[in-house]
Amino acid sequence: MNRNYELMFIVRPDMTDEDLGKLIATLEAAVPAAGGTVQKIERMGKRRLAYQVKKFHDGLFVLMMLEGGGAVIHELERRLRVTEQVIKFLTVRVDETQKRLDKIKKLRDSRKKVSAMPAAAAPVAAEAAPVVVEAPAAQA
Amino acid sequence: MSEETKEVAVAATPTARPEGGRPERSGGPRFGGRPGGGPGGPREGGGGRKFFRRKKVCKFCTERIEDINYKDYRLLGQFVAENGKIVPRRLTGVCSPHQHRLATAIKQARNIALLPFAGKTN
Repeated sequence: MNRNYELMFIVRPDMTDEDLGKLIATLEAAVPAAGGTVQKIERMGKRRLAYQVKKFHDGLFVLMMLEGGGAVIHELERRLRVTEQVIKFLTVRVDETQKRLDKIKKLRDSRKKVSAMPAAAAPVAAEAAPVVVEAPAAQA
Repeated sequence: MSEETKEVAVAATPTARPEGGRPERSGGPRFGGRPGGGPGGPREGGGGRKFFRRKKVCKFCTERIEDINYKDYRLLGQFVAENGKIVPRRLTGVCSPHQHRLATAIKQARNIALLPFAGKTN
């Protein structure tokens, strides 16, 4: 139950700051009820949309990082669909990509440390590791 | 003197013709198989045979960018044509796994209105 999700939604641009705050608070409250935790909420501000969505050309972007099972997203998306001010949303599951990125980062950090030491055997081990690392990532 | 120049001219044209024909013939396999060996390719490509003119390397491999996110639309926008289409790999030189991730990210960005589906018709 440690799935990480990124939920980005767009709110109509003529919404006030406090209304947006209320909406975010409502969503935030619904998350633990469904068995999840909110990690971060980021208001990305007003941006121009690439195409017209429900007769709007701009929108207020909000990004939410969550942790939990599928039920959390199910509940949140249901709420977003019902809310009139929300014009678009997108959920992306990020735990697998994060795992892959962490592996690569760890590998690169370990390589760097090893290259600082005068050891010749280490680069060989580091070269063999990517082959092993990439295979499980590809299978997963 | 004129004979020498004539010989030189005659010698020049036969070599010019096959070279003129070679890029066309290798144009087919070039687009099909060559870009796959992007990072390793430049060695073989620059060996003297004019198989492919542009030894494009994968931008993500060289700069070690591993996180191709839908949120950085500026990076993604470099791989999108004027009319919004995703540019094929043979033109950008991106390697296969990165192209897959790039395409997924572009599609996600399109869905969240960060990139257009179609626009600026040519």
